[in-house]
Amino acid sequence: MDTLVSQLQRQFRDYTISLYHQGFLDDQFTELKKLQDECSPDFVAEVVSLFFEDCEKLIGNMARALDQTGNVDFSLVGSSVHQLKGSSSSVGAKRVKGLCVTFKECCDSQNFEGCVRCLQQVDIEYKSLKAKLQDLFSLEQQIVQAGGRIPQVDI
Amino acid sequence: MAKDGGVSCLRSSEMLNVGIGGMEPPPLDLDEVHVLAVDDSLVDRIVIERLLRITSCKVTAVDSGWRALEFLGLDNDKASDEFDKLKVDMIITDYCMPGMTGYELLKKIKESSSFRQVPVVIMSSENVLTRIDRCLEEGAEDFLLKPVKLADVKRLRSCLTGDVKLSNGNKRKLPEDSVSVDTSLPPPPPPLSLTLSTDSSDSSPPLSPVEVFSSPLSSPEDDDDVLTSSPEGSPMSEESPIRRQKMASPGLD
Repeated sequence: MDTLVSQLQRQFRDYTISLYHQGFLDDQFTELKKLQDECSPDFVAEVVSLFFEDCEKLIGNMARALDQTGNVDFSLVGSSVHQLKGSSSSVGAKRVKGLCVTFKECCDSQNFEGCVRCLQQVDIEYKSLKAKLQDLFSLEQQIVQAGGRIPQVDI
Repeated sequence: MAKDGGVSCLRSSEMLNVGIGGMEPPPLDLDEVHVLAVDDSLVDRIVIERLLRITSCKVTAVDSGWRALEFLGLDNDKASDEFDKLKVDMIITDYCMPGMTGYELLKKIKESSSFRQVPVVIMSSENVLTRIDRCLEEGAEDFLLKPVKLADVKRLRSCLTGDVKLSNGNKRKLPEDSVSVDTSLPPPPPPLSLTLSTDSSDSSPPLSPVEVFSSPLSSPEDDDDVLTSSPEGSPMSEESPIRRQKMASPGLD
């Protein structure tokens, strides 16, 4: 008999695997999960939450710098991109990190249109990841509330 | 939730040693390894802090080289007696930081009489040979490529305590070259250039470390200062036999 718990666990497993296979997450996210235990059960959620706050702040900085028409400080934009690349790398946000690489190249070559495009893409990408991870954490909560354990997913 | 501006951690599960608001931090266990972590990125600070705590280290995390020097009492020329009792077993710092890079912090630490023996580990997201060489030559104990993993920190931890149980506990070997260690053998002598604080003859109780909270970050300077003048084939210093970490990892930018 397919219980609610096993259904949710299967959903969780499938969703997790798809996030890795579609390149949203990489093995650094797996590393973060290793740091979560009974004493710090919300560690991953807390770290990614800080990451998304970081995204918002840094993207805001980049947007403001790019908004200075005719007087864009590309090194300032590049510095924010570097920071975002670092934190996305630390949480396993693979697509965001990849976009930052391209974005940094545009900053280095002072390609304004390229930077604007990258900024838009990074904005979309982090929000997309945020929504997906919220769904993932929500599944975890549902499993726990239904009395089940969150399965270990080997990628 | 932790605020922006250099605050490393405000969550109750992690905040065991808050030194503000009249809460006294618990006394430091002499056997406990105390690590000072330096990183301007809040996310990275939280992660490294957790990595260290999970490997049984006591952690003080600060967001800049200046804050680190302030914590160590090295921020002015006047020597202060109270800092002689400060027990720091390892300093792990990011390389790219606004204001003072990890390299500059490393130099200042190695110039100080109180802390030059403390192993300093540099972390960087960029696998730049000249950067790594420069740090190792300046006396860095190790160089970790970000993102830092649990295995990296466990290895550092084992080096600090001379524990041979990990198969890649020998820092001289690359992970791919590591051989499993026969644990029936007596432990090897401690690695070169490491002085464990617990061996110190100073019997005075050490100061309890406090989390250092800082003001908002200044705007970052140009982060990359790759040296192009150092020859690529520069030999490693004999005094610091450090293995390079993840030199050829695929998938790095």
